[in-house]
Amino acid sequence: MKNIVLEAKNLSFEYPGDEDTKPVSALRDVSFAIEEGSFTAILGHNGSGKSTLAKLLCMIYQPTAGQILLNGRDMTAEGITEKDIMDARREIGMVFQNPDNQIVATVVEEDVAFGCENLGIPSAEIRRRVDEALEIVGMRKYARHAPHKLSGGQKQRVAIAGTIAMKRKIIIFDESTAMLDPLGRKEVMDTILRLNKEDGITVLIITHYMNEAAMADRVIVMNEGKILTDGTPGEVFSQPEPLWEVGLDVPQTTEILYKLKKDGYDVPLDVFEPEQCARIIAQALERGRS
Amino acid sequence: MKSDIAFGQYCEGDSLLHRLDPRAKIVLAVLYIVVIFLAESVASFGLLLLFSAGLVAVSGISPRIVLGSMKALTFIIIFTAVINIFWMQGETLLFALGPVEVYLEGIVNAVLIVLRIMLLLICTSMFLTYTTTPIALTDGIEQLLAPLNRIHVPVHEFAMMMSIALRFIPTLIEETEKIMNAQKARGADFTEGNLLQRAKALIPILVPLFVSAFRRADELATAMECRCYTGGAGRTRMSVLRYDWKDFAAIGTVVLLGAAVVVLNILVPGIGLAM
Repeated sequence: MKNIVLEAKNLSFEYPGDEDTKPVSALRDVSFAIEEGSFTAILGHNGSGKSTLAKLLCMIYQPTAGQILLNGRDMTAEGITEKDIMDARREIGMVFQNPDNQIVATVVEEDVAFGCENLGIPSAEIRRRVDEALEIVGMRKYARHAPHKLSGGQKQRVAIAGTIAMKRKIIIFDESTAMLDPLGRKEVMDTILRLNKEDGITVLIITHYMNEAAMADRVIVMNEGKILTDGTPGEVFSQPEPLWEVGLDVPQTTEILYKLKKDGYDVPLDVFEPEQCARIIAQALERGRS
Repeated sequence: MKSDIAFGQYCEGDSLLHRLDPRAKIVLAVLYIVVIFLAESVASFGLLLLFSAGLVAVSGISPRIVLGSMKALTFIIIFTAVINIFWMQGETLLFALGPVEVYLEGIVNAVLIVLRIMLLLICTSMFLTYTTTPIALTDGIEQLLAPLNRIHVPVHEFAMMMSIALRFIPTLIEETEKIMNAQKARGADFTEGNLLQRAKALIPILVPLFVSAFRRADELATAMECRCYTGGAGRTRMSVLRYDWKDFAAIGTVVLLGAAVVVLNILVPGIGLAM
């Protein structure tokens, strides 16, 4: 059993209402535990509470009820100060949806350095970490560029570099690919996968793209503030009915395989790679119905 | 790209002036302004003119750009020149048109004052805007004013605001263009009508622009907080500014120039500014 680094226990959250509106419940009794070095996708459509969940995990919002445990420490307990939260943010970072609204500096490398500067790390060490981080996300040659001239995917990679330069162990991506074109989306997903597989960083992605979720080790599907299903992509997507019921899709590969299986072909459901899927379908069609 | 305009003042380069420490350049600009105000005689103005031409040459920036920037001052230049020529009384009367008398001193005075205005513009643009990036300038100001922190002036916070403003200028310009296009697509017209009508046509641009700017500010604040930003206290910097011999040499040169100007004022008085 691997180390649990981040845990949500019976988490609930309400957006406070004002005079005319009632409080809106965004999360109800959500519990899960994230293992060290794992890659989890939190899936759900708009209003399912997935972004609220991300903000709670980053301690931007305070939960109305329930606990968040970071490395076993209850971050919602009484007596947790601003400083404790700042210390926790050395461990856990977030990359947001809009690349423009999270870049602070007018030069790429200065922006990557921003977080480290806030931590009070000595200049020479910051320099080393910034170069390393830019290398990891493949943006070294853009170090002296102005961020507003980069593409969306490149900007997101700069934001990722800023968070890995702080040597964070857990990174939450809050729909970080939603505003990008397909090419930028691929750039960012490749970077995220590499961080997870090669550098052992624990990754949580919040997304509504099925094929991104299929890349994860584990998928948590959210609907109306609750966890609908939780399991490996194979487990979750091989039961497409509950997902369809709440208006979510499954990856196209799964959809085809599922329909074939229903028609009596003998095919597995947990294949997400298009080429491989095509081969399986071809073989199945040759064999004919069982 | 239109969004380059915001940084258009800065001319990329690698000259001695570009490489000076931004703090040194701010000090230099202030010193040089003092020197310009010290100059009184034709001879000392001549020296300053030569020195300024030297600055332009060293910076590697085309003189045409520098002279071009004077256009903005045309009105002020003409206005001061006219006032000085017609209102100044002197000893050598050149000619008189009815009640208006023009003296030689008046003309000299006008020329020197116009020169002074031009020198002021050249020096601030050579030391600051043309050769220093806005962000380096902000850093320089922040560090020069750092001692004010002790009397609780939030120097770091002001510098942070400045640099964020600079960072978002291109983003907001892009956004304005997007909104304008969106409004044009719905039939808005920004080019016709009288002044009032045109001003009114801007409202549908400004409102969404402001709303979006506030939303951006909110998101940016969250993002900064997530990156452990808690203000200036306990912060370090990746690139630390360091003075080296070039900076001291440059400051020394301008101090010497000031001394030379004072000496010239006394040795070669001639006709000069009557102030």
